[in-house]
Amino acid sequence: MISRVLIANRGEIALRIIRACHELDIEAVVVFSEADRGETYLEYADEAICIGPAEAAKSYLNIPAIMSAAEIADVDAIHPGYGFLAENQHFAEVCRDCGIVFIGPPVEAMQMLGDKIEARKIAEKAKVPVVPGSEGAIDSEAEALKLAEEIGYPVLVKAASGGGGRGMRVVHNDMSFRSAFSAARQEAEAAFGDGNVYLEKFILEPRHVEVQVMADSFGNALHFYERDCTIQRRHQKMVEESPCPVLDEKTREKLCSAAIRIIKQANYENAATVEFLLDKDKNFYFIEANARIQVEHPVTEMVTGYDLIKWQLKVAGGHKLDIKQKNIKHRGVAIECRINAEDPENNFSPCPGKIEQYVVPGGPGVRVDSHMCQGSVISPNYDSMICKLIVHNTDRAEAINTMKRALKEFIISPIKTTIPACLDILSHNLYVKNKVDTSFVERQLY
Amino acid sequence: MAEKDSDLRKIEELIELMKKNDLAEIEISHGEDKYHLKRSQPTPQVVHQMPFAGGVPAADAGHVHKVQSAGTTEEADHNLIDITAPIVGTFYAQPSPDAEPFVDAGSHIEPDSVVCIIEAMKVMNEIKAETTGTIAEICVSSGEAVEYGQVLFRVKPD
Repeated sequence: MISRVLIANRGEIALRIIRACHELDIEAVVVFSEADRGETYLEYADEAICIGPAEAAKSYLNIPAIMSAAEIADVDAIHPGYGFLAENQHFAEVCRDCGIVFIGPPVEAMQMLGDKIEARKIAEKAKVPVVPGSEGAIDSEAEALKLAEEIGYPVLVKAASGGGGRGMRVVHNDMSFRSAFSAARQEAEAAFGDGNVYLEKFILEPRHVEVQVMADSFGNALHFYERDCTIQRRHQKMVEESPCPVLDEKTREKLCSAAIRIIKQANYENAATVEFLLDKDKNFYFIEANARIQVEHPVTEMVTGYDLIKWQLKVAGGHKLDIKQKNIKHRGVAIECRINAEDPENNFSPCPGKIEQYVVPGGPGVRVDSHMCQGSVISPNYDSMICKLIVHNTDRAEAINTMKRALKEFIISPIKTTIPACLDILSHNLYVKNKVDTSFVERQLY
Repeated sequence: MAEKDSDLRKIEELIELMKKNDLAEIEISHGEDKYHLKRSQPTPQVVHQMPFAGGVPAADAGHVHKVQSAGTTEEADHNLIDITAPIVGTFYAQPSPDAEPFVDAGSHIEPDSVVCIIEAMKVMNEIKAETTGTIAEICVSSGEAVEYGQVLFRVKPD
């Protein structure tokens, strides 16, 4: 069993992990950069060690500094949180080589799921549907056309070296395919210096649904149902909820079993999230797996009643996942809003600064995961998250009601926050009626 | 002469009081009498005494000593430069267990002078002074864990 953990992260997730450690009588050591010196949440840790200056590269991403801190603090294990080094294979290797337990998957499992092409292959081996597409780059137009017909229109012609939503063209039929294909190759060549393109089925009006899974070192794997993360802006999640409001029990069962098959195929251990796209006909397609705990894990904790961080610590310490799948139930509806220091009226530009007044909401069904308090400073060096506001109630209408109340109660000043944007989303007819897809926020609101 | 005796006795009492309570400075006013004692290593010196009306000034009046005690007063801190840890790890004052320390209090240092070692992950990192002056204070001891930014030495610049 683990007795002393170093938390290689900051902010709300660091505090979350400190709390789980303390409930398990594990000592929590937290690292911090000069930018986070004096933050209140550090006082909750048993020990806090400054490891570097503000820049993440010299502090929270600085492997030697973190390992040095782990050494002087004499810890058994390191929890990487999310972001930073959480999915860094080299870091996981270094921990292993130093005899320190990495609270996450084994290096090989992280490698397999971290590589998108490898992950797709694992999904296919596990007989999980993936977004249909070409195996690799396509050279000839004739081959491309044939494949497009096989996949079924509409298709996406994607630049192999593209990214950030660039170098993609949607094609709806044979007639426009030729010109679209050659134009895409030319654009790719000009923009990325690599004219290679490949094909993927273009999923219409997708919902983004992910499954929370956990596996131990004894071959046991469990799921904790799904979360719907369709409410996004520029690929950043804003609102998450569980259960997915449009899933029937049969599809839910298939989805969650598929996630477990992938995890087992990869010999995975500890927490992971398997992500899918759900099309309007309720077909799901694997897109990727995240080999870490996620920001929105509290949503799952509220509907299932299990503390996922504590389970991460227990599993890493060699504890068996002694829960029966049939005993994991989901109850009611939970919704999470991410509250960031950003100005919705100004293209969500970050608003770093000092919080002069901070009053959190409360009452039944309200949970606030936050490291902030009055006097906290939002640093421009890291992400702009202030907190996560999570609510839980008996059904979706009640949960939306509670969330709106809680958002209105929340006082954060003088900095601008995304609270008004969250209220707009929660009040929008399409959101309430479940007629949203991943383009909703950008098309309807911002 | 009686007054002078009682002055001396008072001063001696004050000196004892300061020693007993480890005070660096004491100032007492009593009517028109005023005693101001400032302590430097190793014995307290009388800095200033107001003579009572019409009296003869005490023999020691007028000495002003610069305080150089271990429990530094605010004046001493203003001029010192801190050498801080550039990495987190274990501090070692000497290159190897049996060797002499790199520096002592009073050692003169140049920017390239090695002042200590910080061990991180079995790598012995030599830490350079990056300043010119004299070591005024050594703030950590060998074998102690230090964090990034922790003050290791205080240096009196040239």
